[in-house]
Amino acid sequence: MDPNGGDERDRQAHLLNTGHADEPKRQAVGGEFLAHILRIAAAKSRRFAQAKRPDVQDAKGDDELFHGMKVTTSETAGNSYCSRGQMDLQHKLEILADAAKYDASCASSGAARKDSRGSAGVGSTGGAGICHSYAPDGRCISLLKVLLTNACLYDCHYCINRRSSNVQRVRFTPDEVVRITLDFYKRNYIEGLFLSSGIIRSADYTMELVIAVARKLREEHHFGGYIHLKTIPEASAALIEMAGRYADRISINIELPTQQGLAKLAPEKNLSRTQDAMGHIRGKIDERHAEKRKPDAPKPPPFATGQSTQMLVGADDSTDAVILRRADVLYGEYRLRRVYYSGFSPIPEPSALLPIQPPPLVREHRLYQADWLLRFYGFKVDEIANDAAPNLDLQLDPKLAWALRNRTVFPADINKASREILLRVPGLGVRNVERILGARRYTRLRLADLLRLRVPMKKLLPFIIAADHTPARLGLDDDALRARFLPPPRQAELNFDAPPPPVSGDIESVRSGDL
Amino acid sequence: MRTVVIQPVFAEWRKSARELLALRVPPEDVLWSDEAQEPGLFAPTVDASPRAAVPKVPPAFLDLARSVAAHCDARRWGVLYRVLWRLTHGGERHLLAVATDRDVRQLQQWCKAIGRDIHKMHAFVRFRLVGRDEATGREQFAAWFEPEHRIVHLAAGFFEKRFAGMDWSILTPHGCAHWDGSLLHFTPGVPRSAAPDDDALDDLWRTYYRSIFNPARLKVRAMQSEMPKKYWKNLPEATLIADLIAKSSGRVEKMLRTELRPAKPAPKNAYLDSLRVLNTPERPPPDEPPQTP
Ligand code: SF4
Repeated sequence: MDPNGGDERDRQAHLLNTGHADEPKRQAVGGEFLAHILRIAAAKSRRFAQAKRPDVQDAKGDDELFHGMKVTTSETAGNSYCSRGQMDLQHKLEILADAAKYDASCASSGAARKDSRGSAGVGSTGGAGICHSYAPDGRCISLLKVLLTNACLYDCHYCINRRSSNVQRVRFTPDEVVRITLDFYKRNYIEGLFLSSGIIRSADYTMELVIAVARKLREEHHFGGYIHLKTIPEASAALIEMAGRYADRISINIELPTQQGLAKLAPEKNLSRTQDAMGHIRGKIDERHAEKRKPDAPKPPPFATGQSTQMLVGADDSTDAVILRRADVLYGEYRLRRVYYSGFSPIPEPSALLPIQPPPLVREHRLYQADWLLRFYGFKVDEIANDAAPNLDLQLDPKLAWALRNRTVFPADINKASREILLRVPGLGVRNVERILGARRYTRLRLADLLRLRVPMKKLLPFIIAADHTPARLGLDDDALRARFLPPPRQAELNFDAPPPPVSGDIESVRSGDL
Repeated sequence: MRTVVIQPVFAEWRKSARELLALRVPPEDVLWSDEAQEPGLFAPTVDASPRAAVPKVPPAFLDLARSVAAHCDARRWGVLYRVLWRLTHGGERHLLAVATDRDVRQLQQWCKAIGRDIHKMHAFVRFRLVGRDEATGREQFAAWFEPEHRIVHLAAGFFEKRFAGMDWSILTPHGCAHWDGSLLHFTPGVPRSAAPDDDALDDLWRTYYRSIFNPARLKVRAMQSEMPKKYWKNLPEATLIADLIAKSSGRVEKMLRTELRPAKPAPKNAYLDSLRVLNTPERPPPDEPPQTP
């Protein structure tokens, strides 16, 4: 029986039993609304009845889930679950989500604006992404991030799914992924799907399976939510194009910044091939843009609006300078939207070829800060990390570290300095720089004005001049200046007092300007 | 000194503010207060007062005011009127550009709080399946949410766009929004007990939440700054948090103690063979970025 669709007599009985205490004020609401609320109450009391049944807890997700699934997916009849199947599904989700969690990318922003009005389906994209939840690791959960299968021919040593690992191998059918995506989406758990896969049989074979999921979602279910597909550089150009047609974002992980690193830790992967594939995708994205701008031309078929990638930090011995230079190439030559830095983290099936101790989490954080400086603050890689000082200062944010190395640039007069200089003042974010530029056309800014903008004054003061403030010249020359900014000397790594690494709402965090 | 009591919606404030402005009543002569009773419906009040009598204000101010009106702070009407006065009779037309001004800053902060509240509502509403409309076959969902401010009418458009293909109601203490496929409408607030408690899918969602968490990167503070505890009671996954945190260090230690696995030889596979061929011949120096296509 379908408990939620309900047989009419059953529903009537529940309606009569519904406690009147719960009822909203009758006179205030329309009949339609009342009916709706009562329906909810009816469903609710039915569920209570279910919950009181013995051993619902033990049969976790068994009966109840089975019915729930059946209701929400009756349009794909013929594929209904038996309760065993439901257990399987839960088990597979556990393994295939666990297998996907080492991928740091989570953004669901920057997609073309589209929504579900006038369609039979659900889904919208555009604007800043939404993080629908956060795990205790501080990472945003915005997409259902899973692998289609964790079986893999490759042997990337940082990866739990590599062929040398002994994890249990499972595989979703495309329909199963489609179903979970839609069910999660309709409950507003997620923004969409991030689908990746271990490589089975061949790159093309795997890509076809991944594309099948996206095609079903878009064409059979009119799903308008966010889709991020991970692609394989060796897959044929035609397949990558097809992936781009269904996805809002496609990505290829560069994994490590150098070919030497790949040769050692991911022997099947290749830097040039990865970059070639990124170049191909960039070409497609640009092409579509150009076509869209042509007046009177028919609307070109959709194509992903951006690509992103991930680089592992601390798995090989690449310095921050090497990592940032690679990121700079990726942003410049391939127009990537985002490079994610993922501190190598211990996995349950560790490889003999890898360091056991992970790098400090703060290193990844500093790389994100440096990345921000490159993209939004007009810094060049060499100013942040270079051959002389190849690694970022773990104790100070890279902008402050730069300012301390370049004290002659300061102090900057907030009433006169150019935007470029203001952007380099420690503690001033992009947004506050804009506010200062706007306000100083009408008024001479004093410290009280800055306080109102909630800038970190302690950080700022040695570097600026305001209408009522000039820093002691000595202060800037003082060798002890650096010491003033160091975090208190205990457990700096675990408790570093800094905002979380950039999360989904890329743009938002940029605007808030908090580094 | 006069006291103006209005229903706490933007349209009501605008109506009164226009009249006061036309009469040239300076801000320090007005005391604003919210009518104790909730407005009947959130439907915008029809505005009868003539437009011509009011000097023009920058459109940005109206956007700001519409948003700030949803804030719960009792001072908002007064600050809005003072800024309106300064923009018009006070001769400070550029005022909104001065982000460091006390009033402007205050409005912007309220506006930001509203934006955040709306954003969190978009993120943390959890729909529960309650049935299927027999006539149309559409699935029906309901959700309970407790926003900090009166934002239901500001946040609802998003849900209409995203979930057009299903019927839904979002119930809150300040007001409810409903969508039936053709019309978005609003009704007064209801108590928590009117909303469904759980959904059959919650368990599968918790499975996902548990599995996507990486115990080796525990950052509880980062999580809480984005997902403050006040939201937890309406999030099905939040019941797992304490346990995940408690067990994380044990799980990491276990990983670090695990015996290292040696590399397995590559299986016989045509595709892997083809990769090996590709990987051996001289390719361009790997660290030279190739030409942009
Ligand atoms: S290709 Fe490498 S990184 Fe990807 S799943 Fe297979 S082993 Fe893991």
